[in-house]
Amino acid sequence: MTTTSADPAAREAAQERFDATIARGDRIEPRDWMPEDYRRTLVRQIAQHAHSEIIGMQPEGGWIGRAPSLRRKAILLAKVQDEAGHGLYLYSACETLGVSRAELTEMLLSGRQKYSSIFNYPALSYADVGTIGWLVDGAAICNQVPLCRTSYGPYGRAMIRICKEESFHQRQGYELLMTMMRGTDAQRAMVQESVDRFWWPSLMMFGPPDAASPNSARSMAWGVKRNSNDELRQKFVDMTVPQADVLGVRLPDPDLRWNAERGHYDFGEPDWEEFARVVGGDGPCNAQRMAHRRAAHEDGAWVREAATAFAEKSARGGSR
Amino acid sequence: MSDDLLNSDLGGVFDGLAGGESSQWAFGTGFEDPLAGVDTTVPDGVDRADLAAYCLMLGDDALIMSQRLAEWCSRAPDLEEDIALANMALDLLGQARLLLSRAAAADPAAVPALPEGSPVPAEDALAFFREAGEFRNVRLAEVANGDFAHIVVRLLLFSVARLALLERLRASTDQVLAAVAAKGVKEVTYHRDWAGRWFLTLAQGTEESRRRLVAALDALWPLHPETVTAHPLETSLAEVGVGVDPASVRDEVDAVLGQVLAVSGVDRPDRAPLAGVGGRTGRDGMHTEAFGRLLAEMQVVARAHPGGRW
Repeated sequence: MTTTSADPAAREAAQERFDATIARGDRIEPRDWMPEDYRRTLVRQIAQHAHSEIIGMQPEGGWIGRAPSLRRKAILLAKVQDEAGHGLYLYSACETLGVSRAELTEMLLSGRQKYSSIFNYPALSYADVGTIGWLVDGAAICNQVPLCRTSYGPYGRAMIRICKEESFHQRQGYELLMTMMRGTDAQRAMVQESVDRFWWPSLMMFGPPDAASPNSARSMAWGVKRNSNDELRQKFVDMTVPQADVLGVRLPDPDLRWNAERGHYDFGEPDWEEFARVVGGDGPCNAQRMAHRRAAHEDGAWVREAATAFAEKSARGGSR
Repeated sequence: MSDDLLNSDLGGVFDGLAGGESSQWAFGTGFEDPLAGVDTTVPDGVDRADLAAYCLMLGDDALIMSQRLAEWCSRAPDLEEDIALANMALDLLGQARLLLSRAAAADPAAVPALPEGSPVPAEDALAFFREAGEFRNVRLAEVANGDFAHIVVRLLLFSVARLALLERLRASTDQVLAAVAAKGVKEVTYHRDWAGRWFLTLAQGTEESRRRLVAALDALWPLHPETVTAHPLETSLAEVGVGVDPASVRDEVDAVLGQVLAVSGVDRPDRAPLAGVGGRTGRDGMHTEAFGRLLAEMQVVARAHPGGRW
């Protein structure tokens, strides 16, 4: 753990062991010594990821009741349930760093910890269920796959499982859009309108340009983060453009074109002012998402209290 | 980090888009076909329209209860309960799909007509294009959600009756119903356990939890008798060995509920059954005001695109 030894020589030796582990590309485990800053950075990143899964249940969850076929209803319900499960794995990984789920929830509700700003955009049509799967989960996968080899063991192992499930989520989204594109004109228009709204926010999911990303360099040195924001964004664009062609939708960027010299697609600049506003709390759904989460938490308080009281009574012997 | 490394990292994960492995849901969805290899012929001497109507009764119970359970998604007191409620909603949705499909196969005339060439499958035509009066579910499944105690009590009343019924339905001469019941027994056993455990926990937890539990029990108890009262169709299908007469499970249901109440130290409410309209209740297509609003939400997208592919 992170207990600091009073003996400077012992502390130095621990730091050297830590540095050597990172340099070898091996995992840091919960019982290993780690610098306090490393621990804090991990808590911030894992918690933000966990909160994103939980808040991310809302935009799609709002469509479960209106899913237009029973098969789609089952798929969507299973998907949103998976997100709750991902939240659970990640909160557990975070708990190995000495922070409880209750504390993390409190930090989300008080706004001290953030979640991915993509979920501050509204889900306005059933096509959005598909687009969120294809673009949002697709971008999340680009961000997350490298984290399977992140330096902190419990996080990396949680990510392996999460990534497998996320790739299935992405596929269901793409498959929904493909099916809708084979449907009516109204459905095709619905898909295009949805892609138009989600394209730029998806690109923003990789975070600000490298030059403006304050925490990136240190996270990369520690092996917590493994690729730069711009690298991952380029990767996402390169993968997504051919998929859009197959789907038959237009990506809303006039500057998007293949650059044979670079071997990559060139693309336009996301509106970073909008990004800053949404991250800062002024997106279309920030207040709504937090109010929903807070209401669920507060409405459930009496249930959690009852469960605790019942467990204590049972432990004292006899539930009557 | 080199581009190559990133490429190899991403290798495989995106292959999913092109098809392949489909078992990557965290909790499983029951999407496998439980009717594989089951004899789907309608047993001799059974009226097809009656069999379809009976399948709709059991299927609508599951579908509408699932719709209410799913409303809890992202609202439960804790993540574990969010996942549990979604699981139960998925189980019942799975049962509903099988039963609605069986209804359509037994009697195609039961399926609402859609525009020529509509790609909407029969199970969806039944779920999304019937009017309220054509649904045969009990009213316990449809009333609006309340607090967590409300869903616990509703699930307890619902699953105790459904489990007793499905256990007997496993012996149905209709092989499809028997298979659906065999699958459902395992699922609803868990639902009943979950509801029973929470019933006890809330009854014995805090003063507030007990007050809320008793209030929910009081509110929902009048809807309970409908789940153990036979509609004439259920009686006649029970007589030919296809269905189960819900009145025949009344004693067992009563005993199980009595046990849960006794262990929890909660009195059986003294409440009259919720009246029907002109003697008609959910099984007859006579529903509550809340049901129209539930259907309005459930059916809105499907109805806006009667020729849509999803």
